[in-house]
Order: sequence, then C-alpha cells, then structure tokens
Amino acid sequence: MYVAAPLLLSAFMFSCGVYGVLARRHGVMLLMAVELLITSANLNLIVFSQLLKNSLGNIIALFIIAVTAAEVGIGIAIVMLLYRQRSTVAVDELHLMKW
Amino acid sequence: MALPTIAFWILAAFTAVSTLFTVLTRNVVHSALGLAASLIGAAALFILFGAQFVGLAQILIYVGAVVILFMFGIMLTGTAVRPVVDNDQRPAAALVALAVFLVLAAGIVSSFGTKKVRFQVAFPTVQLGHQLFTTWVLPFEAVSILLLAALVGAIVLARRD
Amino acid sequence: MVTGGIRQLAWLVPVLPISAFFLIVFFGKKLPGKGAEIGIAFTGATFLLGILCFVEAISKHNIVEKSMTWIRFGGFTLQFGMRVDTLASMMFCVVGLVSLLMQIYSLGYMHGDIRYTWYYAMVSLFTGSMLVLVISNNILLMLVGWELVGVCSYLLIGHWYEEKENSNAAIKAFLTTRFGDLGFEIGVIFLYVTTHTFNIGQIEHLVATHQVNETAITIGCLLLFCGAVGKSAQFPLHVWLPDAMAGPTPVSSLIHAATMVTAGVYMVARIYVLFAASHVALTVIGVIASITMLLAAVMACVQRDIKRVLAYSTVSQLGYMMAAMSVGAATAGVFHLWTHAFFKALLFLGSGSVIHAVHTNDMFEMGGLKKYMPITYATFFIGSLALAGVPPFAGFWSKDEIVGAAWSSGNHLVFTAGIITAFLTAFYMGRCLSLTFEGRYRRLPVAGAASDDHADHGEHHLPHESPPSMTWPLIILAVLSVVGGFVGTPFKNAFHDWIAIPGAEHGVVVPVMIVSIILAIGGLLIGFAMYRRAPYGFGVLDPLERLGPLYRAAVNRFYIDDLYIKGVVRPVQYGLSKFVYTVLDRKVIDGAVNGVAAGTVGLGKLTRRNDERVIDGVVNGLGWITNKTSYGLRKLQSGNVQGYAAGLFVGVVVLAAVLFLRGGI
Repeated sequence: MYVAAPLLLSAFMFSCGVYGVLARRHGVMLLMAVELLITSANLNLIVFSQLLKNSLGNIIALFIIAVTAAEVGIGIAIVMLLYRQRSTVAVDELHLMKW
Repeated sequence: MALPTIAFWILAAFTAVSTLFTVLTRNVVHSALGLAASLIGAAALFILFGAQFVGLAQILIYVGAVVILFMFGIMLTGTAVRPVVDNDQRPAAALVALAVFLVLAAGIVSSFGTKKVRFQVAFPTVQLGHQLFTTWVLPFEAVSILLLAALVGAIVLARRD
Repeated sequence: MVTGGIRQLAWLVPVLPISAFFLIVFFGKKLPGKGAEIGIAFTGATFLLGILCFVEAISKHNIVEKSMTWIRFGGFTLQFGMRVDTLASMMFCVVGLVSLLMQIYSLGYMHGDIRYTWYYAMVSLFTGSMLVLVISNNILLMLVGWELVGVCSYLLIGHWYEEKENSNAAIKAFLTTRFGDLGFEIGVIFLYVTTHTFNIGQIEHLVATHQVNETAITIGCLLLFCGAVGKSAQFPLHVWLPDAMAGPTPVSSLIHAATMVTAGVYMVARIYVLFAASHVALTVIGVIASITMLLAAVMACVQRDIKRVLAYSTVSQLGYMMAAMSVGAATAGVFHLWTHAFFKALLFLGSGSVIHAVHTNDMFEMGGLKKYMPITYATFFIGSLALAGVPPFAGFWSKDEIVGAAWSSGNHLVFTAGIITAFLTAFYMGRCLSLTFEGRYRRLPVAGAASDDHADHGEHHLPHESPPSMTWPLIILAVLSVVGGFVGTPFKNAFHDWIAIPGAEHGVVVPVMIVSIILAIGGLLIGFAMYRRAPYGFGVLDPLERLGPLYRAAVNRFYIDDLYIKGVVRPVQYGLSKFVYTVLDRKVIDGAVNGVAAGTVGLGKLTRRNDERVIDGVVNGLGWITNKTSYGLRKLQSGNVQGYAAGLFVGVVVLAAVLFLRGGI
C-alpha cells in the first residue's frame, strides 16, 4: 500500500482541525479541533514508525497523548472559568486585548 | 487487495467522515460524539500500523477521558443548546484549511508518492515499556510532573473560591 | 589558563545568590525568618568566597578563565564562562559586602513589610545578576547579567508599587536604562561582527595586536558606552537615578553602591584595552563625565530630600569614575568605585536610619538629630567626610588620584570639572550634615500641647536610635570608609599593584592635592556654617534661593526631565487617545484617504491647534507621526485570537509553498 494514503488522511484530519480552530466560536468545540490536530500528528508518527521500522514514533506518540491530556484538562478549566465569569463560552467575545 | 489494506480504507473512510462531521455539525454534543468516533477510528489505524499499545492508550485516554471531559465541559457550561457554534470567518477558515491541505498533500505526494509501506512490524508493549523506563525515563518523569501540575492547575482554575 | 586554587570555584559566586533566590521564592515564607536567613547566609558565603578569591588573585596575580560551550549551531559556537582576575574578585568583595550588610540592615528596616520574603528573594537575584555580569568572560554573558540587573532594579524600585509614584519611578528607571542598553546590545553585535568573538580576552588580544581598525573600535566603544551612560546614570540619561529613591532605602544603597550603577563603570574598566585604543571614545567619555559630575553636584546642592542629595551625589561621583577612565587612569576610577561603595552605602543606610526615625525625607524638617541618634550621627559624619574628600578618609585618596591624573594628563576640562565638583561635593555634604544633625529638632511639638498624651501620634515622639541590626552595618561601613582608602595612598599604592589595568601611570601632584584638601575642608565648613542656624519651623527657605535663576534651574533639574516628558513621553503616551478623538471627528480618516496632501494639511491643522497650547510644534509633529503609524498598525490588533491564528496559518502555508516550489521539500 502506498504510504501516501495514510499520510493524506493525516493531512486531511489536520486541515479539518485547522478549519475547526479558525471557525469555531464555542470554546469546547475549539478544543476538540485542537484534538484533531494532535491526533493527525500522532497518526503521522505511527505511520512513519511503521515505515522506518523504528519504535521511536510510538514513544513520542505516547508522550504527545499524555501532554494532550494535560492540555485538555487546563483548557476545559479555562473554559469553565470563562463561563463562570462572563456567562459565555464564545472565544471571539474575548477581545479585551484590542486597541 | 490484501486484508489489511481493505481494513485501512474502511477505517480511513470512517475516520475522515467522522472528522468532517466533528468540525461541521452545529450541535455541540454531536460534535463531541463525532470526535469520539474519529479518535476511535484513528486508534484502530494505530493498531493496524502495529502500534497496539499507543492505539489502546489512545482509546483509554482520548475516548475514555478526554471526550468525557469535553462532555462535562459542555454540560457544566450548559451551552449545548445555544447557537454560539461558529464565528463569522468561516469562509476564510475554509479557504485557509484547504490551502493547508493542498500544500501538505503536494508535499506528501512529491516526497512519498511512490513509496510503499507494509504492515509487518509490530511494536509490542513489552518493548515500548522497556524503552520508556530506560532510555526515556527522564522525559517520562517530566511528563508525570506535567500531568500533576496540570491537575493542580485545573483545580485552581476551575474551583469556586 | 593557569590553574588557580579557590578561584576554580569562583562560579559559585554568582550561583549562590541566584540559588538563594529560588530557595527563598519556594520555601521562604515557611521559614522562621521568612527567607531573610537564606539570603543573608548565601550572600555571606558569597562574600567569604569573594574575599578568598581576591586574596588569591592578589597573591598569584593571574587570570583564571574557564569556558563551557553554551550553544552550537552550524559553525557558530557560543561559549560562556568566567574570567576571574583581580578586578572581578575585587567586585565580588564589594558587591558581596554591600549586599550582605544591606540585607542585615533590612532585617530592621523592612521589618513587617508586606512583601518581606519577596524583597529578600529579589535582593538575592539582584546580587546574583550583578555577579554574573562581573564574572563573565564574554560580553554576551555580560549582557545577560546587565539585563537581569535592569529587571531586578525595576522590581525593587517599584517594591511598594501600590503608590503610583513608585511604579512610575520604576518604569522610568527601566525605560531610561533600556534606552542605553539598546546601544550596548548593538555594540555587542557590532563587536562580534568586527572581531568574530565575544570573549573579552580575545577581543583584548585582537585590539592589542592592532588587528582591529580604529574606526571600528571607536564605534564599538561609543555603542558600549551608551549602555554605561544608561546604567551608570551619566548625562543625559541620569534622570532615572534620583527617582529610583522610590524604592526602599536599603535598595537604594545597593543600587548606588554596588550592584546597578557600578555596572557601567565596571564594564568600561573590564574592556579598558578597547576604550584606551580609541582617542575619540575617551574624549567623548571625558566630556560626558565632566558634564555629569558638575550638573549633578549643582543639583545636589539644592535638594531638600536627604536621599535625593545622596542620589545626585552618586551621579556626580560616577562622573568622577568615568572621568578617570577618560584620562587613562582606569585603576583610579576603579579605586574610586571601591571607596565610593563603602561610604555611599554607609550614607544611604545612615539616611535610611534617619528616615526610619523621623518619618520624613525633608532635611528642613529634621535637625538636631545628633542628640537622639549618636551612632547614626557618628557614622554619617564619617561617611560625609569620606565623600567630601577630607584626608585621611577613603574618598580623599581615590578622588585625589583622579583629579591628579586629570591634571597630569593635561585634560583641562576634566580637571576643572573635577576640582569644582570636589568643592561642591564638600559643600552639599556640609549642608546635609548641618541640616540633619545640627541645631534643634524642627519637628518637636509645641511645648505643652503634646505633654498631655504622649502616645497620641507616632511622629510626635522624639526620634530614637535604630535597632542594632541597623546600626552594626553602619559601624562596619564607617570603619571601612576610614581604612578603605589606605590601600591606595600615593605613598604606597597597593591598589594599583592589585588591579593594574594598563594605562597611564601618574605620580603624586602635591599642589593639586593641597588645593583639593583646602577645597574639601572649605566647602564643608561653608556648607556647615550656612545652614547651622536654619530657622525653627516648617517650610523654611533655602539660603541658596538668593541665586535666583540658577537655583530655579537646578531645582527643576535643569529642565532635562521636562524635556523628556514633553518631547518623548507625551507624544507616545497621548498619541493614541488624541487620535481616537480625531477619528471620531471623521476628519483624519478622510485626510488619510486623500493621501499625502491631505496629510500635510492635517499636520498643519494639528500644529496650529497645538500652537495655541504653546507646545513646541516639532514635538507635536513627532507625536503626530507616532499617531499615524500607530493608528495604521492598531487595526491589525483586533483582539480576535482566531484572526491571528488564521494569519499564522496563512503565513506557514505561504512559507511552505515557497519552499516547495523552490524544491526545498
């Protein structure tokens, strides 16, 4: 099987993630899109691990999963905090840092 | 076509469709379910590519914990029904995402267009475990501390004073 | 690279205070002493190690240099390391000692402060950063220490940031020194481009063997000197130092005596070979130093705030040190740094003790404190004599050496400025002593009114001597202010043998010495006599006000600060808000659309409007340009993070596409 196929799938997932990150207002949905980005990266690592017959890709993917878990925890906490203080989860309403 | 290849195409289609559904649906809960499906598909692909342990970890952590966490986030903020899903830069975002995909695809095809991969090597859990606790023990501990810090941080952020 | 004994461990000198910083930050609040004990213990260890290094450096008289590779990419390797010679180890002692005494003193002075632990942490980091600067063997690492010192001083000056004035002073200090640092940074890069090394030893070698052309040396020196002008508070960037008084008094003493302002002087002394090779650079330094010492001394004469007198005095003394560099007597400059550290730390801690007792900074409200605070008085008196340059106190030997060197070098400007400044210094210290300690205490309550209830108001109590933790550092520093100069007397100048920065050697010039002694004692006596009978009561006029315009100019800091406010701060600060107003008017948008012509009309309109406010048109023009640019740029800052992210992705895609099309992937 051509190795390009899973890589293209990974690229597709990544692009969907990019779309989600750019287009979603809902804080939680934005975080979901970030998950897609990360999973696509993991898929890439696993495919290359198989292609190069090297377990390094697996190890790095494991670390990425762990770091992602931390990221999601903090991300959700921030969304909750945001909701409690502003009664909204729309990220584009957070534009205090503008001119 | 060999069996793994057929499996790959089925899983790939499943993953792609559920990914697309995740980012396009306007219902938050559906989106989370789509994400779960997409991640399960990815996990199955991992296993197909010999990464059994990573695939199982993916299911356990992502589907078991992360998606549940998202569900909690949706529930606790009570925003499942309110239409605050997308912002007004959707067309631009779609264009950018398309451009990203095209550039990536061009790169992939030109670099790996003819290269083939065979489903032959499996990475057993024992081997990964050995490596994690010998070569990679320091990063492993660092990640543990990171998780602990994230745990504490999440509690500090989200608790009511 | 000769093996040195204890100096192999010299890297501990900066590492100890920096680790103290982390320990205090993490564990300080839990400890019985709230972190102070860590700071004092580690700084004490640093000081001891510094002394050992100094003793060894003097006896062996060699340089211990060690380097490690820091970053390597491509053919570019970045080293960092230490260079411990007599100069560096002398600085270890000065910095360690002043920091140690100041921390002990702070036990009393800062007692009960809301950010007590944080204060000790910052002081440790401050000390450590200065030592990084001192120990480093390359100018890049020096820059790291240099910037760290700037940040720490910012945080410490703004220690009581609840008051707007203090945080403003901190910002002023930071921005002003940053302005100079910009020059320093460019200088470092410039030197690297010219010499292909950051290592001080190698740069010295290249310069000594004439492998660098003189124009390049001059440009490099002038750029580096910009940094020194900022950090060492030379004209025209001296404005931050008097305002830096906003911080706690012990911090002022640290900034003024050891860690912050000496950085510039030390840097020049460190790479003196470079400066000595450029006649132009030395001349520029001489002119700036002369202006600095004279202006600052004049301003010190008219201050009412005791700390400001000392602050301007520091600026003026730094002028002396730089002047010494300019006339080729770098060792004398470093010697002055050494003695100045003792007596200026002493004076600041003494003034802190006074302020602690009377709760005011205004000398016109003090008076008669001799009776109530004998130890503070005695030590402050010694410090004043040392600063005024009365023999045999420390300041005399170093100051006289500089003035003598200026005379022998034939640099009349520096010599004249030096000798006038010597007189003014003595005068303002006499004034300060007289106002603070002589006569009667001017804050006494009216007799009878307060006799009923003593415990009424804290400030109605008679001032009393400070606790031992505050007086002991004073006593130690007073002793050093007396004996600290004996290492560099003209009879046997041991200090020259220790430090020995190559440069012109000067013998003793007896007439100059006699003149400077007469001026010192005369100035002190005049200042003393003039203010001895300062009238009883508040809001007293200063006899110097009879000087009229000169007095007003000096009180207004020669309008330099005003110039900065009007010329730089205002346009930047108010540019935005003013522009929002005009945008609402819908005038300037059209103007911008109509292009340059309309823009010129707009400029004319704005200028005309501002003429009515009697502000300089050029200044406003600058502000207007700032407005324009910022208006254009601020549209980019929509606050919409996803918009930024889209830009980021577009950028990445474009870069990747370009690479791909060029066949890079």
